[in-house]
Amino acid sequence: MGKVGIIGVGQSRFVRSFRGSIRELAFEAFSEAMQDAALSTKDINASIICSAPEYDKQRSPSAVLAEYFGLNPQPTCYVESLCSSGTTGIRLAYSLVQSGLHDVVLVAGFQKMSEITSAESQERMGRGADIQWEAPFGTMMPAYYALHAQAHMTRYGTTLYDLAQIRIKSAHYGAQNDKAMIRQTLTMDAFVNPESKFTNPIASPLRMGDCCANADGASCVIVANEEKAKAFSRKPIWILGLGSATASVNMAGRNDFSGLAAAVEAGKQAYHMARVEPKDIDVAEVHDCFTIAELMAYENLGFAKPGEGAALIRAKETYAEGIIPVNVDGGLLSKGHPIGATGGSQVRTIVLQLRGEAGAAQVEDASIGLVHNIGGVGIYANVMILGRE
Amino acid sequence: MGEKEIDNRFSRFGTVSFTSITKVNDFINYLEQGKIMGTRCKTCGERFFPPRADCCKSLDGNMEWLEVTGYGILQTFSTLYYAPAGFETDLPYTIAVVDFGSCKVFGQLDPAIDAKSLQIGMKLKIAVHKLNEKQLIYRFQEVQ
Repeated sequence: MGKVGIIGVGQSRFVRSFRGSIRELAFEAFSEAMQDAALSTKDINASIICSAPEYDKQRSPSAVLAEYFGLNPQPTCYVESLCSSGTTGIRLAYSLVQSGLHDVVLVAGFQKMSEITSAESQERMGRGADIQWEAPFGTMMPAYYALHAQAHMTRYGTTLYDLAQIRIKSAHYGAQNDKAMIRQTLTMDAFVNPESKFTNPIASPLRMGDCCANADGASCVIVANEEKAKAFSRKPIWILGLGSATASVNMAGRNDFSGLAAAVEAGKQAYHMARVEPKDIDVAEVHDCFTIAELMAYENLGFAKPGEGAALIRAKETYAEGIIPVNVDGGLLSKGHPIGATGGSQVRTIVLQLRGEAGAAQVEDASIGLVHNIGGVGIYANVMILGRE
Repeated sequence: MGEKEIDNRFSRFGTVSFTSITKVNDFINYLEQGKIMGTRCKTCGERFFPPRADCCKSLDGNMEWLEVTGYGILQTFSTLYYAPAGFETDLPYTIAVVDFGSCKVFGQLDPAIDAKSLQIGMKLKIAVHKLNEKQLIYRFQEVQ
């Protein structure tokens, strides 16, 4: 089997409220990725469109976006796995290319969350879990992650201070990312001063400062087989490993709340396929929809042993200069989290890092990178390992 | 129930139900009797909570109802200070997962319990609560 490469990446700015429609939002990322790869629409053999439904009114958005991108009559389809939709789309693009069915596949993710209120959005997210047996109790995504935070704190002694350190790191890098929605640096004062909005309780033990914000945004990743990747790109970034797993939707089906079993499984698969170990990863993008989610990712991906994730952030080892730089683009906590666009945005960051084009947050000589993209509270997990060679 | 009548009993589950018709609609009748019921596959013996109509191991629907009884152990919990649409007037409320040995149950805590007194590992019991004339729910209660 030949290799599969990423030859173009693009991302819109992530904003609170995009002044345009979903096709116009997605086009910003599409045009950037096409220019990055220096391709024309005839070079694209198929498209995959990723988002989570019910934030905007468009049903079957894949056809609308394919038309707006000028990608008729090439085939297109819509892919959804909640917040991990983007990397699920890239996984499918990989298999379409590796099977020989297509040479070049474009994956675009988008979400325009500003068309509904925050409470409506939380209701939608709650309905991304078990609507028959859990949503009638009033569930939402911060509360699901809060169940895990509570368990992690009780089992391992993790503190709100540790979680705040993750947000402070995120803010540090978000301030450097001109595509991020929140670009304000933070100090610990924001997490101890009772006047600060970041201390507002949301779902105990998580506070506002522990939660990412809804955003409007789009991302685009262009995937090609080895021959086309080498022909089109001076710096193709290769997909070395792919892992994907699921876990019980209903919390009653879980044995452990101090980590995400699906992330552990997806990570194992990706490391095995790429023939690398956690210590080989130079830079990682993990799904920090909440501070606790990043902390659990350290442990679930093997960057720290279970219970030792807090020590990693306390020692600042996940900063760009540390042992394992994580989310040095500001992560979801600072960029914002436009559901369907998030996975592609994470992949874009790692591609730029491995090309040496990541600007102020560049990790020196990064050659192997990892993306960890989670759907729901670990209902879906995708882990992808990318490399320069 | 007549043939043309729609059996939408499940719309009575919880503050806001997002499902009205299920093969396990009898769950609601049991709630009315004060019982919280799971199911057990008569073919392979697998127990399910929440109750299922179909067993994914023996691939049949040969199920019997089984009551969730006794004391459970609190696995984890969270008190919500912000609510999804439709639950704003319930705030604050606490959700939890409790392990009853033969099954785990996700649900809400009795608001009479002081959230500050909660500790993972503590014993809780489960009971049906009538939210109003129509809606029924179950809640975890303190063991006296």
